[in-house]
Amino acid sequence: MRGATHAKWAACATAVALAATACGGGGSDSGSGSGSGGGVLSSSWGDPQNPLEPANTNEVQGGKVLDMIFRGLKRYDPRTGAAKDMLAEKIDTTDSQNFTVTVKSGWKFSNGEAVNAKSFVDAWNYGASLKNNQKNAYFFGYIEGYDKTHPDTGKQTADTLSGLKVTGDRTFTVKLTQKFSTFPDTLGYAAYSPLPQAFFTDHANWIKKPVGNGPYTVQSYTKGSMMSLRKWDTYPGSDKAQNGGVDLKVYTDNNTAYTDLMAGNLDLVDDIPAAQLKNVKNDLGDRYLNTPAGIIQTLAFPYHDKNWNTSGSVKVRKGLSMAINRKQITETIFQKTRTPATDWTSPVLGTKGGFQDGLCGDGCTYNPSEAKKLVQEGGGLPGGQVKITYNADTGSHKEWVDAVCNSINNALGKDKACVGNPFGTFADFRNQIGQHKMTGPFRTGWQMDYPLIQNFLQPLYYTNASSNDGQWSNKDFDKLVNQANAETDTAKAIGIFQNAEKVVRDNMAAIPLWYQNGSAGWSDRLSNVALNPFSVPVYDEIKVG
Amino acid sequence: MGRYVLRRLLQMIPVFIGATLLIFLMVNVMGDPIAGLCGERQCDPATAAQLKKEFGLDKPVWQQYLTYMGNVFTGDFGTAFNGQKVTELMATAFPVTIRLTIVAILFEIVIGVTLGVITGLKRGRPVDTSVLLLTLVVISVPTFVTGLLLQLLLGVEWGWIKPSVSPEATFSELIVPGLVLASVSLAYVTRLTRTSIAENRRSDYVRTAVAKGLPRQRVIVRHLLRNSLIPVVTFIGTDIGALMGGAIVTERIFNIHGVGYQLYQGILRQNTQTVVGFVTVLVLVFLVANLLVDLLYAVLDPRIRYA
Repeated sequence: MRGATHAKWAACATAVALAATACGGGGSDSGSGSGSGGGVLSSSWGDPQNPLEPANTNEVQGGKVLDMIFRGLKRYDPRTGAAKDMLAEKIDTTDSQNFTVTVKSGWKFSNGEAVNAKSFVDAWNYGASLKNNQKNAYFFGYIEGYDKTHPDTGKQTADTLSGLKVTGDRTFTVKLTQKFSTFPDTLGYAAYSPLPQAFFTDHANWIKKPVGNGPYTVQSYTKGSMMSLRKWDTYPGSDKAQNGGVDLKVYTDNNTAYTDLMAGNLDLVDDIPAAQLKNVKNDLGDRYLNTPAGIIQTLAFPYHDKNWNTSGSVKVRKGLSMAINRKQITETIFQKTRTPATDWTSPVLGTKGGFQDGLCGDGCTYNPSEAKKLVQEGGGLPGGQVKITYNADTGSHKEWVDAVCNSINNALGKDKACVGNPFGTFADFRNQIGQHKMTGPFRTGWQMDYPLIQNFLQPLYYTNASSNDGQWSNKDFDKLVNQANAETDTAKAIGIFQNAEKVVRDNMAAIPLWYQNGSAGWSDRLSNVALNPFSVPVYDEIKVG
Repeated sequence: MGRYVLRRLLQMIPVFIGATLLIFLMVNVMGDPIAGLCGERQCDPATAAQLKKEFGLDKPVWQQYLTYMGNVFTGDFGTAFNGQKVTELMATAFPVTIRLTIVAILFEIVIGVTLGVITGLKRGRPVDTSVLLLTLVVISVPTFVTGLLLQLLLGVEWGWIKPSVSPEATFSELIVPGLVLASVSLAYVTRLTRTSIAENRRSDYVRTAVAKGLPRQRVIVRHLLRNSLIPVVTFIGTDIGALMGGAIVTERIFNIHGVGYQLYQGILRQNTQTVVGFVTVLVLVFLVANLLVDLLYAVLDPRIRYA
């Protein structure tokens, strides 16, 4: 096995030396029948942090691959973000709590196994079971029996979710613990992907070379350096790959990836380094894309700290928010790859999906004099100073935190009203948050799991929710969220969620900073490049040549 | 000689244990690594506890260290967070870095020593002055500047090389990164050799050799250079370890998936197993390289003997 891969690498290297094309560009050596689909493109990639399993992948790099090799019951439209039926023939419910799912016929995994109801139920049970250490296990938390397969403490008392039942070859039922009308729309998330039996019977090999039911198959995978995906010719879906395949190459640094793109060594970069944002228009012209993604950056507050739980602190928070010159920071530091936030969701939801431009109102408008007044009325900054905590290892967090502090200092007319408080590593930063050691505002970024307004509110602000890092708690908000989840009419549900969002606004539970864009640049070999709302390239639609 | 080697090998044990313990403690001080695994959200407590148990992080540090060392002696370096065995990571990373180091050391020896001999023999001449100036420039410019500049010029502007190194990292691909990595040390080697040569040139044995009428070539290589190499060999020896561990900047620039890259990832993710494993091996490399240097002394100058 090893020897074979080595030989392939060597062959690849010689091919590169001969032709200046990217490695793997010649699909001819393997003859993997890519004739109809055109050429193979190469794309930048980062090393996934966790083993590649659907319920264990919670970051973009691993998610990229899952999006290529898996199709779930639903799929989010790459352009609009709307959840559309993919493998689901229908998902019926009468009470928003019990769902009957019918899987379309004719679907297969690339190893020939049929995709049926069992493929889903087994996969979900695997994801929810505590003993499998799946980091996305909480996605199954709404399903009945989750507390048995995944108790907060102690041993699990069941291996399968009692709320899941296979009722036929292609049908299964889901019983939730509470009403959740938009539950079907969450099923496009990768954690809900079906899994073939091969996953359970030969897990070690599956991890080495994942097998799914999407438009691509994994041809080879060298952990930490490269994954070669090839078009699956007999893919049963309608969204067949428009190219012969994709070679994902791990880069140690996105600057190097960009340099490689400039040198004609790489076809697609989906993360333009901050340092190159100034040149990218000149370098690439219209082969550069900068579109909103479902990511919002906020400043959260530690509500377990009594300083931030006083009656006046709402005014202080609102004052701080008004002291931040979002427009200037997004333009100078981020070169317009961020958009000043005016609500707590994301523009990718669209107005129909619950995004409401300007919902934040005055609170998010730069107004230094009003800011100063509000902070004073609220009793001043706790201890006379706020420290914004962030991790300094990735992104350009230091730059913007310094800028935010500068803006606050100017508005309040005090030199040291706000200072940055860096942590060395992301893990350490998360660790401190987890132990509730924060004493002042801290950086939080939220990348949506699925394009629903619910996903921007409930996990972040509901009492004791999974990502409620600041431990904010508000009865009105919780009530509205429950109400919205129980509402079967989607439009009405979204309206109620927006009311809940207004509660967040009125309390300034967290300061919204900006919406993050996804960026990409590509070589002139490619056309029809787009980013989906998750800022991942829509690989299957890219045309080569 | 044999006893000397044995004694040195035995001395390595406390150094080895001390170094690994230090690294182990340092990585542990950074806090709970599991917290970073779940992205921008809290890991659910049950999964976090389970993961901690699996990685042995739920035990006290001293116990973790003992278990770890016990495993290391059986060749088990633990598992990285992405599910890969650390030994597997090493098997992919070390060959690449060793190749890179070999290229760099070769540059140091060939170019550095040659330039050193030339300038040492022609002290004060224009060649000497210009090489000295050049080495000064190389030393004062940081590696990442040289690296990025060469990458831009050779890779993008002129298209002579590929700006990034492919995963298999062949010798030919590593020439430019190796040169960048070697650059600063190369300048030091030049200067060291030059000084040493210039000094020994006036010594009695060189005068005798010349007086005996030996050919110039032989005088320089056998008599002058051999005796002048001791400080240079010491420097290159310690540099082997420094190059392997310190290649992180060069590896990042040229996308080389070697030791530096793995260490960087390990530190970012606070992956104790990866960091300690790699550092352990680096410590060994350092110790062995130093031993080799000491043994080389005896070869270069038979007066230096070890009992």
